[in-house]
Amino acid sequence: MTAIKVCDVVIIGAGIVGAACAAECVREGLSVAIVEAGIVGGGATAAGMGHLVVMDDSEAQFALTRYSQQLWDEVSAELPREVEHDACGTIWIAADDEEMAEAERKARFYSERGVAVEILDAHALREAEPNLREGLVGGLRVPGDSVIYPPCAAQFFVDQARTQGAELFLGTAVEAIDADSVRLRNGTSISAGVIVNSAGSWSPSLTPGLEVRKRKGHLVITDRYPRFLRHQLVELGYLKSAHSLTADSVAFNIQPRKTGQLLIGSSRQFEVDDAHVDPSILRRMLERAVEYLPGLRKLSSLRTWTGFRAATPDKLPLIGPHGEHPRLYLATGHEGLGITTSLGTAKLLLAQIMNREPVIPIAPYLPARVQESLHA
Amino acid sequence: MADALVIGAGPAGLAAAYRAAQAGLRVTVVDDNPAAGGQIWRGELQKPSSREAQGWFEKIRSVDIKLINGARVFQQTAPGTLLAETPEGVCELSYRNLVLATGACERFLPFPGWTLPNVMGAGGLQALVKTGLPIEGKRVVVAGSGPLLLAVAAYLRGRGAEVLLIAEQASQLRLAKFGFGLVGKMSQAFSLKRQLRGVRYLSGCWVTAAHGTDKLEGVTLFRSGKRWQVSCDYLACGFHLVPNVELAELLSCVVENGCVQVDQYQQTSVENVYSAGEATGIGGLELSLVEGEIAGLAAAGKHDDARSLFPVREQQRKFAKLLNNTFALRDELRQLPEPETIVCRCEDVTFGRLREHSSWRAAKLQTRCGMGPCQGRVCGGAVEFLFGWRAESVRPPILPVRVESLIRSAE
Amino acid sequence: MPETVTVVVNGISVTMPAGSMVSAAILKTGITAFRRSATGEPRGPLCGMGRCFECRVTIDGEAHCRSCQTVCRDGMDVRTDG
Repeated sequence: MTAIKVCDVVIIGAGIVGAACAAECVREGLSVAIVEAGIVGGGATAAGMGHLVVMDDSEAQFALTRYSQQLWDEVSAELPREVEHDACGTIWIAADDEEMAEAERKARFYSERGVAVEILDAHALREAEPNLREGLVGGLRVPGDSVIYPPCAAQFFVDQARTQGAELFLGTAVEAIDADSVRLRNGTSISAGVIVNSAGSWSPSLTPGLEVRKRKGHLVITDRYPRFLRHQLVELGYLKSAHSLTADSVAFNIQPRKTGQLLIGSSRQFEVDDAHVDPSILRRMLERAVEYLPGLRKLSSLRTWTGFRAATPDKLPLIGPHGEHPRLYLATGHEGLGITTSLGTAKLLLAQIMNREPVIPIAPYLPARVQESLHA
Repeated sequence: MADALVIGAGPAGLAAAYRAAQAGLRVTVVDDNPAAGGQIWRGELQKPSSREAQGWFEKIRSVDIKLINGARVFQQTAPGTLLAETPEGVCELSYRNLVLATGACERFLPFPGWTLPNVMGAGGLQALVKTGLPIEGKRVVVAGSGPLLLAVAAYLRGRGAEVLLIAEQASQLRLAKFGFGLVGKMSQAFSLKRQLRGVRYLSGCWVTAAHGTDKLEGVTLFRSGKRWQVSCDYLACGFHLVPNVELAELLSCVVENGCVQVDQYQQTSVENVYSAGEATGIGGLELSLVEGEIAGLAAAGKHDDARSLFPVREQQRKFAKLLNNTFALRDELRQLPEPETIVCRCEDVTFGRLREHSSWRAAKLQTRCGMGPCQGRVCGGAVEFLFGWRAESVRPPILPVRVESLIRSAE
Repeated sequence: MPETVTVVVNGISVTMPAGSMVSAAILKTGITAFRRSATGEPRGPLCGMGRCFECRVTIDGEAHCRSCQTVCRDGMDVRTDG
């Protein structure tokens, strides 16, 4: 088998996670090859909302999103214009008293951990977002959250990596991960000391047994309506949707892009393999959205599409050594938080490759945790 | 439920509708314009400009046809049912047979200054004048390629415009092969002789740049190594035509080389879905009419009658082939855009940025070229010519529609 | 059937033959910039048939209407974004 390249690290998948990992590796002085079957940022990176958000489902999720958000803040000045970084903030919306209680709990959780938050009552909510319907109870504003256009961010990290010597193999599919190399479909191979599977929803096809399942989402984008929305809006019922492991669900989630276009989501479906837009899911999702923003009805929508998130059983990504394969590392399973946590993932991965103390505790994201629970 | 649903009320659509209705079918014709006629007979329903148009409008009025105007088809909700958006809401259209007579659009190629106001398509300016734009006394340069330029120049002149010249990129040699030795011969072929007398028709000539600050003030022309400037109020510039195939693609009809593929009875690869007219390949009015008739007859099961029209269609197809060869676009047009020239007008993506990418998919994702409201209809013809990139498959909605229309589409 | 119709473009009354499109009415006032592009360029109609979306203006409060496919009606309020 001809090895067309020998390097320190080969990264499979040039989505935002793989791209961020590649950039981090070259920063460390490692030689890198990036192998991508399609185009840069063409998977979930292309399909999803580029919401840089701090989340509190668990301590581990909070730690990773918070760490990552700080890294994004550090790099935001360098990001090219096409990445459209916009520090618009998030407002979590409470439609009833139960959700308002949740907003208050969230507020305490975040402020105890140093994240700036602001509780909004009904009046303040309408002031912050005049297009929201009457009758909502209030919300939680998180000003530190922001939005980006992910494909250009992935390209930026790939470009950074290449400037420092990384080699990019585009349109190059991986046939298999061997003991010390990655075998490409064209018959050649890339030999490396470390192999990183950051292939998102394709990662199980390369690493059999990986507990990563596809979770389909739908999105709609509108024409430009520059003053319609100021913040990313998410309903607090979103958590109920993200928690379900089986049922199809929709939740209100909408993002104002720097262009003035509105990106409308979200939906979650397991066990659906085809990428077709499902009109009934789309309808449920849009009906939910117009419940919160009645003015959305008359707006012009330009496109609808779907994407597949890579989901794990405990909703935390897999970052670290595979365990059984001596050279294989995983950086996948980020579900709906891949854009945010791409930067934290890259740092944690490098810390493990270089055998250094990671900045945040690594245990919750280790692939071994899943294998252990399987064998338990 | 229509026995025959016809999308497009231009010549092909009207011909198909007439034949199907004449055969006793329940026919509905749907068009996105306020009145029937398509592009070539725009606004002529009450005032036909030719005997041909008059004849066909009379035929249409003589049969029982349901005509729905101002309706934009955007989705298929189930096999046999399309959904259209109207100013009031949405309109469900069920059918046993479907005829796609969706016509064609001009091909726009970018060059410096082409985004200035008052730079329009050739058919574009004609459409605007037909729908009320006063053009009397205005100086117009007509440019690009194709027989449409002549029709447009003649029409504008008839409405009082000062047509300064017609710049046709095709070479004299190609035009001569088509029997277009002189302007006289060509306009004879198109019965425009009288209307175009005195208008300079320059072959092997094209616009290299449009100039102006907030709107067009003049153009630079190129011919045989010479460049010169002409002051003008409007530039009517289009490079021949590109079939409108999005609806056919949405319905999974086979489309090759940008044309809907049909068999001898004008049936597409999808059963009970027919297509006729420019959507199946650019061929002009006469071909559109006979294809429409064949499609309508075939949809009504009148295959013998349909076959009787095959010889006329064959003859017109020969003309169409010659037509498309004559007006093939020359390589020099690929050199027109500069790095800062905008190619995607919806997202203001420049030629320089697009050039950095090796595939349409990568270019779209990184620059958002083709992701704006026109959904690639304007830049698509350009990137195909400039880079060889073909648009991917379509997804609904095939036109921008209101959010509430998307909601209704799941009912 | 009245022969003319009057619309209001950016506060200015324009009388057009019945059946005219809003795009023609706008151009008749001398306005050439219907809207601004993503990077702020002035833009006007290109294709005249509802496919280029360059002719979009706000009609009776609804944004992004294709003026070249909208028939003038008496009293219509048209706002350009140029």
